[in-house]
Amino acid sequence: MIPLSYYLLLSGIVFLTGVIGVLLRRNIIIILLSVELMLNATNINFVAFSQYFHHVAGQVFVFFALTVAAAEVAVGLAIIIALYRAKSTINIDEFQLLKW
Amino acid sequence: MAVRNPIYSALALLITLFHVAGLYVTLHAEFLAAVQIIVYAGAILVLYLFVVMLLNLRQDIRYHRQWPMAAAVGVTLVIETVILAAMKGWTAPVVATGTETIVGETGNTEAIGDVLFSTYLFPFEVASLILLVAMIGAIILAKKDIGEREA
Repeated sequence: MIPLSYYLLLSGIVFLTGVIGVLLRRNIIIILLSVELMLNATNINFVAFSQYFHHVAGQVFVFFALTVAAAEVAVGLAIIIALYRAKSTINIDEFQLLKW
Repeated sequence: MAVRNPIYSALALLITLFHVAGLYVTLHAEFLAAVQIIVYAGAILVLYLFVVMLLNLRQDIRYHRQWPMAAAVGVTLVIETVILAAMKGWTAPVVATGTETIVGETGNTEAIGDVLFSTYLFPFEVASLILLVAMIGAIILAKKDIGEREA
C-alpha cells in the first residue's frame, strides 16, 4: 500500500502549481484552469484521507467539490465571455476598474 | 517557457485529470474515478475548449509583474511540502466513529450512496440548488442584450 505522505506530497505539488499559475499568468482562461488544478489537489487529499481513515465522508465531500467546480466553471466562463465582449481582451491587466 | 496557446494548457489539464482518476482507483474510490472522468473530462474541459476556440485569441500571453509575490508564496509552500515530506515518524490519530458507513464493507458506490442520501441529504439538495443558480447565472451573463444595455 502506498503511504499517505506520498499522496499529500503530490497534492501539495499540484496545489503549488495551481497557486503559481493563478499568481503569475495573465490569461484569464489559464487562471481558471489553475483554479481547477487547485481543486483537484484538494480532492486528492480528501480521497487519500478517506482511504486512510476508512471513512467514506471524504469521498462525499469530493462529490460536493466536483459540483461546486462545475458551477464555478459555468459562471466563470460566462464572465470571461462577458468581459471579452466588453473589452475584446482577456488579459487581466486590462481590467482595472476596481483598482484605486 | 510557458505554453502560448491555452488549448495546449487545457489538453495538459485533461491528461492530469485522467491521472487523478487513476489515483482514485488506486485509493479504492472507483465511483469517484468514474465521476471525475465524466464530469471533468466530459463536461468541464469541453466547456474550456469551447470558450478557448470561441474567443480565438492571437495575443501573446506574458507573465505578471507580480512575480515576487508569487515567488514568496511558492517558496513558503515548497518549505511546507519539504517539512511534510520530512515528517516520517508522524502518524495521524485514528478516528473511531463507527456511526457512518465504512469503506470496503459493501461496494464503493453503495457506501457513498448510503451516506450521501442519509447523512448528507441536505448538502445534496443544496448542491442541486447551486447548480441551478449557476445555470441561471451563466445564461444571464452570456446573454448579449443585457450586457450591452447596461454598458
